[in-house]
Amino acid sequence: MLLSVTGEIFELKAELNNEKKEKRKEAVKKVIAAMTVGKDVSSLFPDVVNCMQTDNLELKKLVYLYLMNYAKSQPDMAIMAVNSFVKDCEDPNPLIRALAVRTMGCIRVDKITEYLCEPLRKCLKDEDPYVRKTAAVCVAKLHDINAQMVEDQGFLDSLRDLIADSNPMVVANAVAALSEISESHPNSNLLDLNPQNINKLLTALNECTEWGQIFILDCLSNYNPKDEREAQSICERVTPRLSHANSAVVLSAVKVLMKFLELLPKDSDYYNTLLKKLSPPLVTLLSGEPEVQYVALRNINLIVQKRPEILKQEIKVFFVKYNDPIYVKLEKLDIMIRLASHANIAQVLAELKEYATEVDVDFVRKAVRAIGRCAIKVEQSAERCVSTLLDLIQTKVNYVVQEAIVVIRDIFRKYPNKYESIIATLCENLDSLDEPDARAAMIWIVGEYAERIDNADELLESFLEGFHDESTQVQLTLLTAIVKLFLKKPSETQELVQQVLSLATQDSDNPDLRDRGYIYWRLLSTDPVTAKEVVLSEKPLISEETDLIEPTLLDELICHIGSLASVYHKPPNAFVEGSHGIHHNCILMLIVYNTGHYCPSGDLLGDLLNLDLGPPVNVPQGSSMQIGAVDLLGGGLDSLLGGDLGGGVGGSPAVGQNFIPSSVPNTFAPSPTPAALSSGLNDLFELSSGMSIATGGYVASKTVSITGHYVHMFYCLYFFCCVFSFGVIPTTPLAMHTPLMPSQSIDISLPLNTIGPVMKMDPLNNLQVAVKNNIDVFYFSTLIPLSVFFVEDGKMERQVFLATWKDIPNENELQYQIKDCHLNADTVSGKLQNNNIYTIAKRNVEGQDMLYQSLKLTNGIWILAELRIQPGNPNYTLSLKCRAPEVSQYVYQMYDAILKN
Amino acid sequence: MIGGLFIYNHKGEVLISRVYRDDIGRNAVDAFRVNVIHARQQVRSPVTNIARTSFFHVKRSNIWLAAVTKQNVNAAMVFEFLYKMCDVMTAYFGKISEENIKNNFVLIYELLDEILDFGYPQNSETGALKTFITQQGIKSQHHTKEEQSQITSQVTGQIGWRREGIKYRRNELFLDVLESVNLLMSPQGQVLSAHVSGRVVMKSYLSGMPECKFGMNDKIVIDKQGKGGTTDDSGKSELGGSGKQSIAIDDCTFHQCVRLSKFDSERSISFIPPDGDYELMRYRTTKDIILPFRVIPLVREVGRTKLEVKVVIKSNFKPSLLAQKIEVRIPTPLNTSGVQVICMKGKAKYKASENAIVWKIKRMAGMKESQISAEIELLPTNDKKKWARPPISMNFEVPFAPSGLKVRYLKVFESKLNYSDHDVIKWVRYIGRSGIYETRC
Repeated sequence: MLLSVTGEIFELKAELNNEKKEKRKEAVKKVIAAMTVGKDVSSLFPDVVNCMQTDNLELKKLVYLYLMNYAKSQPDMAIMAVNSFVKDCEDPNPLIRALAVRTMGCIRVDKITEYLCEPLRKCLKDEDPYVRKTAAVCVAKLHDINAQMVEDQGFLDSLRDLIADSNPMVVANAVAALSEISESHPNSNLLDLNPQNINKLLTALNECTEWGQIFILDCLSNYNPKDEREAQSICERVTPRLSHANSAVVLSAVKVLMKFLELLPKDSDYYNTLLKKLSPPLVTLLSGEPEVQYVALRNINLIVQKRPEILKQEIKVFFVKYNDPIYVKLEKLDIMIRLASHANIAQVLAELKEYATEVDVDFVRKAVRAIGRCAIKVEQSAERCVSTLLDLIQTKVNYVVQEAIVVIRDIFRKYPNKYESIIATLCENLDSLDEPDARAAMIWIVGEYAERIDNADELLESFLEGFHDESTQVQLTLLTAIVKLFLKKPSETQELVQQVLSLATQDSDNPDLRDRGYIYWRLLSTDPVTAKEVVLSEKPLISEETDLIEPTLLDELICHIGSLASVYHKPPNAFVEGSHGIHHNCILMLIVYNTGHYCPSGDLLGDLLNLDLGPPVNVPQGSSMQIGAVDLLGGGLDSLLGGDLGGGVGGSPAVGQNFIPSSVPNTFAPSPTPAALSSGLNDLFELSSGMSIATGGYVASKTVSITGHYVHMFYCLYFFCCVFSFGVIPTTPLAMHTPLMPSQSIDISLPLNTIGPVMKMDPLNNLQVAVKNNIDVFYFSTLIPLSVFFVEDGKMERQVFLATWKDIPNENELQYQIKDCHLNADTVSGKLQNNNIYTIAKRNVEGQDMLYQSLKLTNGIWILAELRIQPGNPNYTLSLKCRAPEVSQYVYQMYDAILKN
Repeated sequence: MIGGLFIYNHKGEVLISRVYRDDIGRNAVDAFRVNVIHARQQVRSPVTNIARTSFFHVKRSNIWLAAVTKQNVNAAMVFEFLYKMCDVMTAYFGKISEENIKNNFVLIYELLDEILDFGYPQNSETGALKTFITQQGIKSQHHTKEEQSQITSQVTGQIGWRREGIKYRRNELFLDVLESVNLLMSPQGQVLSAHVSGRVVMKSYLSGMPECKFGMNDKIVIDKQGKGGTTDDSGKSELGGSGKQSIAIDDCTFHQCVRLSKFDSERSISFIPPDGDYELMRYRTTKDIILPFRVIPLVREVGRTKLEVKVVIKSNFKPSLLAQKIEVRIPTPLNTSGVQVICMKGKAKYKASENAIVWKIKRMAGMKESQISAEIELLPTNDKKKWARPPISMNFEVPFAPSGLKVRYLKVFESKLNYSDHDVIKWVRYIGRSGIYETRC
């Protein structure tokens, strides 16, 4: 088989043109085999197409297979095949008719598609169900190639007619095709789900293939029953599917039931019966093949968060078997912890202890972590958990010990002053800790309980030796721990604290560390009493469940049971490209100025470092600080306000306003937001920013000005930025290689998307930007208008809106006043809609217009709003309800800004 | 939906590649090979996301089957489809091996074209497929018009799993109740978890389109009949049920031929069976399980270099019944240097490559007891890590159903042909096997 490609092709060409049919067939087989392994055999196109005119079905299918692969690269020659297709669509044999229409749909060449329309129209009305079911799928194929044509040719209506077809498989395929097509038209009611159609689907559900049942159930789950009676009657007809042998049918049925359960009255008998019926099939899924078990477990993880009552009795089925694949083991462990309760904790702990002696490192770690989570979750068990953990520490297995120490720290945070007796045991293992997490945990424990550990200073000092080699996490913890120690035992540890403060501030590049060092330093030098109050204040206890999925995301994922979203535990738009045609990318535009001003602010540091820890305030240093502060402010404001304040630097051009794309119609474009300079002590240049949004998804451009205070040129600027709260990160890091001259500005745009790690920032819309150049790394933070995170599919269904509004506790409702706004309700709706805030309903109550609105953030958080507009009164009342009330404030600001723009 | 389907050999060479969607390119084939097949670490999940493309894979012997998509597909469906794909291939050419796949690649492409259309799974019942996709490939031309429409109506129809016009001279039915009993027991003999997963597997050779009704000693049905007063005793004795009256079934799932709505409303199992082999139902029970064997382990560490192991097994069923193929697997530490074994019955061997003592007994009657003792010599090691002590596992086969399930009746009605329920020859067999039957030590 290792012939040279050209030689092989030459040979195949000859064989393809052989007179004997059998020879030709063998040759086409060889071509397909070559195609499979990735060889380019497209040059044989005309020869293969010649073989198409045959009455041998097998040969025909092979040629078709070839055509599907290469037609796109040879569009002109593909036309040669059209005639044969059109002829086959008229063949008396339904298998051949279907084959032709099926294959034609797979050939993505415009010219062929044109010829496809007529045969497809006929096939959609073919007398044979096999042809009709194939034609139904073909409409979806055609839509993928040319959506407009499908609409113009009226194929969508034909497809809708097929929902009433007498053959169940035709119905199922039509449903599948319509569901997919409607995904790209989120607002059109393509499927037209009304009670009559639902009834047809439910009838077909009983009769079609297992796959068809899945299509229909997935489609049903998008239906919103008009009342509880309808919901119940659908549930009754869906429940028998829970006994199907195909796990996908079962999971899709579970999805429909989980969704409709919300609509049933909670105290009814039927509600409770239904809940009981859900548990056995879910357990049965765990006796399937491991891959299906994995999918089931990921879904069960969601279901037990939403409705723990369903599986609370079944914890035993989640016990790990020795031979389970590792992915099944890890998932089972997660669910075990979720189901752990006072009633079963003894069993669970015995299991976990067993697992902690297994081989797989990840699994063992997770088991140890699980013991800690049990302790935090089930208070009565804390003591047993701690003693189990101590047993595990005795094993001296390195990673077990480290993991155990991390969880013991959390236990201390949940039950302070209860288990300190074990600290001695922990300290014995100090040397074996080589992971940052474990080291940080141990340091935290030593610092927190310094007064009870005689040699705490020695222990911490030993960590200090290699301070610069530690990870940031350990450095920060160590700094805090030593400050705590100092506040507790000031007499013996003064030297130590001096040492750590100078290490953190003087010798470190890390701004966080430096900042924290300075904060402590200032605090300790100004007022030790306050310092004590601040540093040693009582900490809030950690909550028992830190790893729960956010409720709105959970609700969304419940609607995706069985699908990939439920496996990844992410909303579909987090991993599907162009879902609903929106690209969640935004553009960061940076404008860099080098204004060439020089500001001698470096000396500040020198003074600070001489700080004495003795008496509180030190006058000269204080004033030096003040001078620095004024200077900083001056520079910062200056660039923001276009030099109006002219605080010493002056001359920076106004930035921001110019960068709102003019192509954006009716869209709110916020003015530039002030940038906070966080690395003020080294202000060589500065930055301000603005954001704007463009239509078609959201494209936010961010304008940033960087004002240089230094005469040098900058080389090699790199920009990184992230908004952790929404996971915004640049799609590609940006590098700029041209030097930046004094007073020069450069426009840089940086595409962003929202798939980065998520960490809560304060404020939420804080954008951190790092600029690296030949001198140093500079850090800035600025605010992004929250509206760039409003997604286009933020329109909630009315019923869901009502249910969600009721579901969110009243204490989450926040009221704001929007003052001096003179718009009528419709203009308001329109303006808001342009920014992806959707009006779901409008009511007129006693002369007031009430607008009910919803919006959704990129991270899946929904915000519900009620806007009250009184005619003649320029002050509107805005009530916001959200599961994460901390965003409300920012949403209000956006409302205010949008309406006043 | 499914965007593409690839089959690889163990080296990661592509044997079959079929792309259904435009968003899946040739590079997807390589991405899976590089990131999964050739990955340094063991795969940690059957679903892998590489560059916004999701890969689902299953492995059969050393063949990888991978389905690829860029959409938010129904994940359970994709896996079920891959399993089905394996079933179909096995039904056509036997074992899934590199050789068989290479020899049948044309057939596989033909099947893939038929059972996945634009990534939507279509009818994948082998019974139906075999009527028009044949290895000869030419058969389809010789169908008459009626035959053609019969094929299409079967492929798309309500009873896609059975064709019309089947005839047997002798109408015969084989019914196997196959159970696997699973146990996890603590060293102290406490049952941590136990369940039976059972299957009712049938082979039916029946003429026409027979309507069947299957009955078993399901607690819900028996209780309902008891309440109603009208006991259907005729069925009860028919296939020889005795022992426990009824059993509680936690859950069951059925072949798609069973009318689920009827089961839901009346709990009766009625269906038109496929021809030949098929699995009628699966079920699971957790209550009142007969555990055929008990394992009593005793492990003693004598110093750092020696272990003493004693294991007693007790059979717990009627003395008249015989268990077969009994195998007890006692794990040994990795640093074992030598093992001495004494057993009363059967043969025991230390298998160094498997790190276990394997004790085999051909047959054992009920209510008996047997014992093995072993001395394990260990090499001294510096390894701080303790030996994980995997559980002692057991394999066996017993001629009864550990769940207590009994078949009460299987009635066959075929109104159009002149044979009645009594003319059908029926065979019933019960086999209980060990699933994961483990005792921790």
